Amino acid sequence: MATIVVLFVVLKSLEENVVYFFSPTELYNKEDIPFDKKIRVGGLVKDGSVINNQMSINFIVTDLNNEIIVSYKGSLPNLFSEGKGVVAEGKLKDEKYFIADKILAKHDENYMPPEVSKILNKTEEQ
Amino acid sequence: MLKKFFPNKILSFSNRLYNFLNILMLIFIFVGLIYALFLSPPDLTQGDSVRIMYVHVPASFISLGCFAFMGIASVCALIFKIKILPLMAKSLAPVGSVFALVSIVTGSLWGKPTWGTWWVWDARLTSMLILFIFYIAYISVWKFVDDYEKANRVSSIIAIVGSLNLPVIKYSVDWWNTLHQTSSITLASAPTIHYTMLIPLIIMLIGTILYTLIVFLMRYKTEIMKFKLDKKNKEN
Repeated sequence: MATIVVLFVVLKSLEENVVYFFSPTELYNKEDIPFDKKIRVGGLVKDGSVINNQMSINFIVTDLNNEIIVSYKGSLPNLFSEGKGVVAEGKLKDEKYFIADKILAKHDENYMPPEVSKILNKTEEQ
Repeated sequence: MLKKFFPNKILSFSNRLYNFLNILMLIFIFVGLIYALFLSPPDLTQGDSVRIMYVHVPASFISLGCFAFMGIASVCALIFKIKILPLMAKSLAPVGSVFALVSIVTGSLWGKPTWGTWWVWDARLTSMLILFIFYIAYISVWKFVDDYEKANRVSSIIAIVGSLNLPVIKYSVDWWNTLHQTSSITLASAPTIHYTMLIPLIIMLIGTILYTLIVFLMRYKTEIMKFKLDKKNKEN
């Protein structure tokens, strides 16, 4: 019985931390938007939004409802690309602007060989 | 069939059965590895690193499955006082714990080239680490508590409490935002893995289950013999 109580208390206190990242929508709906704390934002890299200049990489993270601009200096993981999942770690500058110091790529649960994808794309075009 | 697991019968498990299981397991693992490493295609986005999946997924499956069995066996052992159940659970723990570790290590090796990190404290990875800690605690109790009854009671409680973590592991990717992707194989819908990758995965899974069964049977046989020997020593 005591162990269950302990487990419950631990889980309850972890509730805030158990969410690995916020989606842009979750972030806007948050009552106390944390500006001074390190947080993570996740979603899809918006198609055509990646701007790579000499100083930094800028792109938009979207959850298809809301979006946020992410600015980052550093090397990107191999799987980072437009239309794919991404998690950015860093701080909010303002509500629409996020400064990341770490970028992680998030892949989805779909696995397929490259040839199959080509065929699928062809049939979609027809 | 079930009767065979009872103490007097398990000792008469013939070498021929072990040999048969061993050969079957080796065939599955051999064919599975050839298929997984050479014949199956690379993934569209992940490339060749997807091949880690063929070890990672079966290892994770076994580590969760073994602990689930240990939890159920411990509940039944406490309620019905069936003597062989704790010995079964005890025999499953080492192989389950090794696969939990294999799952964590291969996951880490997979995470680096795909996500860009060895480890994150998201719900899936953290709950999996907690499972491994429960395995270690369970095994330690059997190892370091000398009194059989006491070891049995404490280890059963660890197995039962640890089992509460299993649905958390399974559904962590659905309940919370995690870096880990959601399940590709579910009961509710068609798998999101192309069949050229699903077939080697299933072959590897069967091979791993057979391996676990063999290790379990050998260990269980040993545990029964040890149990009988202890009983005999006490009587003398």
